[in-house]
Amino acid sequence: MRKKDTRVITNKRDTVLKTFPVGGVHPPENKLSAGKAIVNLSLPAQVVIPVSQHIGAPATAIVNKGDVVKVGQIIAASKGFVSTNIHSSVSGKVNKIDLMPDSSGYKQMSIVIDVEGDEWIDTIDKTDMLKKEVTLSKEDIVKRCLESGIVGLGGATFPSHVKLSIPPGKKCDVLIINGVECEPYLTSDHQLMMEKSEEILTGVTILMKGLGVEKAMIGIENNKPDAIEKLGKLTEKYKGITVHSLKVKYPQGGEKQLIKALINREVPSGRLPVDVGTVVHNTGTAFAVYEAVQKNKPLFERIVTITGKALAKPGNFRVRIGTPVSSLIEAAGGMPGGTGKIVNGGPMMGKALGSPEVPVVKGTSGIILFPESEAKRTKSNPCIRCSKCISVCAMGLEPYLLMTITERALFERAEKEKITDCMECGSCSYVCPAGRPLLDYIRLGKSSVLKMIRERNAK
Amino acid sequence: MANILSVSLSPHVHGRETTPKLMRDVLIALVPAFLTTIWFFGYAPILITAVAVISCVVFEYLIQKYLLKGSKTINDLSAVLTGVLLAFCLPTNIPLGIVVVGSLVAIGVGKMTFGGIGNNPFNPALVGRVFLFLSFPVQMTSWPVPKGFLTGYTDAVTGSTPLSVLNESYDKVPLSGVMSNLPGHEDLFWGNMGGSLGEIAAGALLLGFFYLLWRKVITWHIPVSILLSVAILAGILWLADPVNNIDPLYHLLSGGLMLGAIYMATDYVTSPMSKKGMIVYGLGIGILTVLIRRYAAYPEGVQFAILIMNAMTPLINMYIKPTRFGEEVKNG
Repeated sequence: MRKKDTRVITNKRDTVLKTFPVGGVHPPENKLSAGKAIVNLSLPAQVVIPVSQHIGAPATAIVNKGDVVKVGQIIAASKGFVSTNIHSSVSGKVNKIDLMPDSSGYKQMSIVIDVEGDEWIDTIDKTDMLKKEVTLSKEDIVKRCLESGIVGLGGATFPSHVKLSIPPGKKCDVLIINGVECEPYLTSDHQLMMEKSEEILTGVTILMKGLGVEKAMIGIENNKPDAIEKLGKLTEKYKGITVHSLKVKYPQGGEKQLIKALINREVPSGRLPVDVGTVVHNTGTAFAVYEAVQKNKPLFERIVTITGKALAKPGNFRVRIGTPVSSLIEAAGGMPGGTGKIVNGGPMMGKALGSPEVPVVKGTSGIILFPESEAKRTKSNPCIRCSKCISVCAMGLEPYLLMTITERALFERAEKEKITDCMECGSCSYVCPAGRPLLDYIRLGKSSVLKMIRERNAK
Repeated sequence: MANILSVSLSPHVHGRETTPKLMRDVLIALVPAFLTTIWFFGYAPILITAVAVISCVVFEYLIQKYLLKGSKTINDLSAVLTGVLLAFCLPTNIPLGIVVVGSLVAIGVGKMTFGGIGNNPFNPALVGRVFLFLSFPVQMTSWPVPKGFLTGYTDAVTGSTPLSVLNESYDKVPLSGVMSNLPGHEDLFWGNMGGSLGEIAAGALLLGFFYLLWRKVITWHIPVSILLSVAILAGILWLADPVNNIDPLYHLLSGGLMLGAIYMATDYVTSPMSKKGMIVYGLGIGILTVLIRRYAAYPEGVQFAILIMNAMTPLINMYIKPTRFGEEVKNG
């Protein structure tokens, strides 16, 4: 076990690369779009904006067919505490409010808007000028995050105002900023850190104020030395913020792994980071918070990496929410012949799309095109009990066993073996020499166990 | 749209490691030991290994095709590896018919009876070897003396192994007198001693161990815990009674310990899954090996020690679990 970290934390790079101690894999990084400047994607003719782009209750549509909307206007309102607002990303006329297919392949209530011009609501500060001084109070920061529809932009899309509201009786002493981007291929966070460094650091300062903490730590993997260097240098001017380089290892961007790597605290099974006195936000989220608080700009666009080995121009784009994935592919040089799979997100945890005619949403960090040769899985062979799945599991689980007991529907046993601790990072399936679909079965077992627990608690 | 898109669950990339690649790496790791044995025993090792490999592969193919009628795993090189390992624990003058019988038992009884790769509780090569040991005790314990590269298959002069000499001398004659007739530590390291085909050269086997570690085919846990526990237990016995015990280094370098610890005990299928479990398993093998060598009727105990601990493996897997993340809360 690692010794307790007693070194004085400075904003210089650490002498020893930090990382989480158990498990992990290092897939080929394939960061094809690294260093590609962020380009504004041209406006599409129509956007499809789902009312649920976050974890929690879907928002309620508050516009009607035929309404004229502006960029930044609320079109669906938050319903309940764990929910958030949805804003129009374009100006134009509401074409319909209907069930439309989203990235999961299922149809979901969405607001369809025909684009006319690009007229923004006048409260938004459209200038590029950096505004460092934070004037909003703690309460107003939390309120602004909800009003602006800010969610975690790393992919989990948990509403940020909820994370900023520390439950009574809990204490938080450090904010952790996730600049890890451990998924192969993705570069949107990296590019944002390079281009909007001061804005991100101001966003971090705002989040610190919102949380009421004095200290923030930014974790960045060592394959982005330019970002570590740049943010590291800049943090000298920001009170309480330090930058830390981390060893390149997947799934370091996992919340529990990042906390362990940076402050050596283990979030107990079934608990939240706040139970060990910390909250984790993504760098992209910090930037969105900056824009919301300092520029009064709600979350209606985000940075999306579009990449793939056969793609003509992989790059990083600023994309309005609701833009079809197909427009993004067109902007990157068009769909290459022989594309066998389109993945929304990273290659380890992303979801395969059934069609490119689905919208980019708040949680879309990247789109990856795989050629047919890489789209198919290998044949599943018998388990040779090599225990590599155990070695790579960052949660200390036994994936081979979880698969077997799920196959046999032994869900009580699966619960005892901590199947619900699995964060579905996919390292086990990645490493399995027999090509077994370990994570598929674990997902099945996990959802069955969660259902079983819910039924038990209902009694 | 022209393209048909695959929709599958994540992860969408695979590490490209496969079962045959792992098996191939183990075979590569065994090459130095194979070359050494050819250096000392001539062409006989090539003949025996070839017969063992071919019969293992053929038996697996036939059983799969006509008895199990299941999916073919014949291309995964695991039967080849079983053949090589079986050959490696046979004397170099063994009649080839016995090799074929051993292969049939290894693959037929040791592996396919349980459903093929991944399901066998015992190391198949060792099952074959022990069957032969009990069925053909004379042929299995006549060890050719290493005569060099040009030795023919049948003209070998036989002698005893260092461990069999020691086994007859423990507690009867002071070992200092026996030692002068035995090969020294250096001979044991390079392989200049009587013994089974692939077990003689500790140095070459260690070279393969480093290759396997480098390729991440195995981890250090099992071999190191076996070798360490043998060294410690043998060391205690030796310090307590140096007249009647041999030094720990001699234990490490002689007999089938290196072959067993590095290549047989680490067999994926029959060894524990967690790192802690691997250490317990390794300790068990090490202790049993020394006890059998020193106090039982058999001069060599590694194969029995491994088979006994193979039987313990399901129990170890049941009770010794990896440390779950967030289980022991150590927050600082």
